Amino acid sequence: MKADIAMVDPGPTGRFGEYGGRYVPESLVPACAEVEAAFRGAWSDPVFRARLDSLLADYAGRPTPVTRAERLSNELGLDVLLKREDLTHTGSHKINNVLGQGLLTLAMGKTRMVAETGAGQHGVATATAAALFGLECVVYMGEVDTARQALNVFRMKLLGAEVVPVTSGSKTLKDAVNEAMRDWVATVADTHYCLGSVMGPHPYPWMVREFQSVVGNEAREQCRAILGGADPDVVVACVGGGSNAAGTFAGFVGTEARLVGVEAAGGSAIGRGIPGVLHGMRSYLLQDEWGQILEAESISAGLDYPGIGPEHSWLADNGRAQYRSASDDEVLDALQLLARTEGIIPALEPAHALAWLVRAARSGEVAAGSTVMMTLSGRGDKDAETVMGLLS
Amino acid sequence: MSSSHAGRGLAVERYLRERLGSGRKALVTYMTGGLGTDWVRYVEAMADAGADVVEIGVPFSDPVMDGPTIQEASGAALAAGANPSNILDGIAGAPIGVPLVAMTYYNLVARAGHLRFARQLASAGARGAIVADIPLEESGDWEAQAAGSGVETILLAAPVSSDERLAEICGRSHGFVYGVNVMGVTGERAALSQSAGALAKRLKAITDLPVIMGFGVSTPDQAAEVASYSDGAVVASALMRMVLDGAGPAEVADAVSKFRRALDRG
Repeated sequence: MKADIAMVDPGPTGRFGEYGGRYVPESLVPACAEVEAAFRGAWSDPVFRARLDSLLADYAGRPTPVTRAERLSNELGLDVLLKREDLTHTGSHKINNVLGQGLLTLAMGKTRMVAETGAGQHGVATATAAALFGLECVVYMGEVDTARQALNVFRMKLLGAEVVPVTSGSKTLKDAVNEAMRDWVATVADTHYCLGSVMGPHPYPWMVREFQSVVGNEAREQCRAILGGADPDVVVACVGGGSNAAGTFAGFVGTEARLVGVEAAGGSAIGRGIPGVLHGMRSYLLQDEWGQILEAESISAGLDYPGIGPEHSWLADNGRAQYRSASDDEVLDALQLLARTEGIIPALEPAHALAWLVRAARSGEVAAGSTVMMTLSGRGDKDAETVMGLLS
Repeated sequence: MSSSHAGRGLAVERYLRERLGSGRKALVTYMTGGLGTDWVRYVEAMADAGADVVEIGVPFSDPVMDGPTIQEASGAALAAGANPSNILDGIAGAPIGVPLVAMTYYNLVARAGHLRFARQLASAGARGAIVADIPLEESGDWEAQAAGSGVETILLAAPVSSDERLAEICGRSHGFVYGVNVMGVTGERAALSQSAGALAKRLKAITDLPVIMGFGVSTPDQAAEVASYSDGAVVASALMRMVLDGAGPAEVADAVSKFRRALDRG
């Protein structure tokens, strides 16, 4: 396929083609440079890597298994393998990133982490890491999301974090990012901004992809063991900011696998967006003719974001990955299908990836008999109440 | 393409240098464009009451450098249908006797295109621009297109900027250099940050550009204090709070004249 496309260090400017960069106010430039320097040092430091690997294994429960979904496969006429990030501690792939950034916070000598969260998974993960490392933690969460993810709000509080409902703008994930950045600009001396996805100013898109690459690297080897040394034909993951997809794609970009990212239809930055600058990065964004950011709309709080990580924009433009979308109705059907065929209730976010796969199997976009590796990025407990409301 | 775009309105730096030459301290005020139907009258009132430069906020949906007051003003203006085009139309024909500076966020500039945005500012009579959310590394092309269109790009300097960065900021800024008093967002504060004086002194030591300090200047006494170690003060949220709370142009002019008198007293 496109073997020349690699997901590598984007260098000091943090560019993925024309995307990425570091579009922050002057006040935040030194902080971004400090995070970049700390990460470059840590990522090439065997002691840091060993400490992180040990936490990923003994605390987060890695490696997560790859499950061959036999009844789902029969239903779809495919051979579907599920990378089970839902089985990690805290129930989603977000733990991989926060353990890395938590260790980095300690390495920088900072004592406090701030984070944004949409669905609450990254907020819970950050609160978890903060508790583990003895750090103070403040999580910004849109007021709309604190209502639809009340259980996660409670979990964060139990873990000792302060949860601040954000009432500005659309009161969802993008506004939580704004508020976290406003906090950070005033507190950089002792605070690390623990961004939850492959977005934001350099080095975050690169750093978070590296922390999440454990997903794709494990999955590639596990798939080869299951498939007799072969790679899957298709690798698919859901995309909001795009961290589980970036981590997954990082493991497969050097193979022949077709890479597919699935956005929420109501938050489809690549499908409906235009390149622009938000939250420190240049990337595809939902925006109007003046450049005002539009509100994404999805049943999934985690995908309710008008942008996408810059490396995904680059992968879309160069064609190495393809981006599709799934509607709320398709997602609810897919969630129930996985529950009934495999006994796994997925979070609404990865249900988007499955929703596309179901459609693609039926339409022939994915040929019958294909092998498909899908990242099941999180478990569905947090969404049970939302889904109950939508199905009743 | 190559025709002259010298622009309407007053150029910022020349005007400020003339005024500051006589020992005056500069007062820069701010009004959110499109906030209320009579927002231009507030700009006129501020100029008449002694502002040397008025910033026109061109609101963005996601103003990460702004605190609650400017956020509220921006949101209200956007909800009322404000956009860069109708805001610039608003000032284009207005009888305002001081230089106007657009204050905005980069995505609005990027969406229009650097050259097109710069020309729109110049033809409306805004001869300066502050783009709050991009650093030196990302603003070179904008600065060049703006300069070529007769628009001066005013760069922000932060308390945490290194000496090397401050030198580059002062070297590339036009109009004045905007010293950010505090690590944080815009908004009223009870006291000035200690970082304000330190930054102003560092800037004054390396540049002969006017150095004007903003963020958190909430009272005439605070304005006089920052002006005592710089060339002047930006007052934004304190005035916008009044506007949001219902003060008319005359009341706001009265407040501006108090800031003016405090600066003139020294």
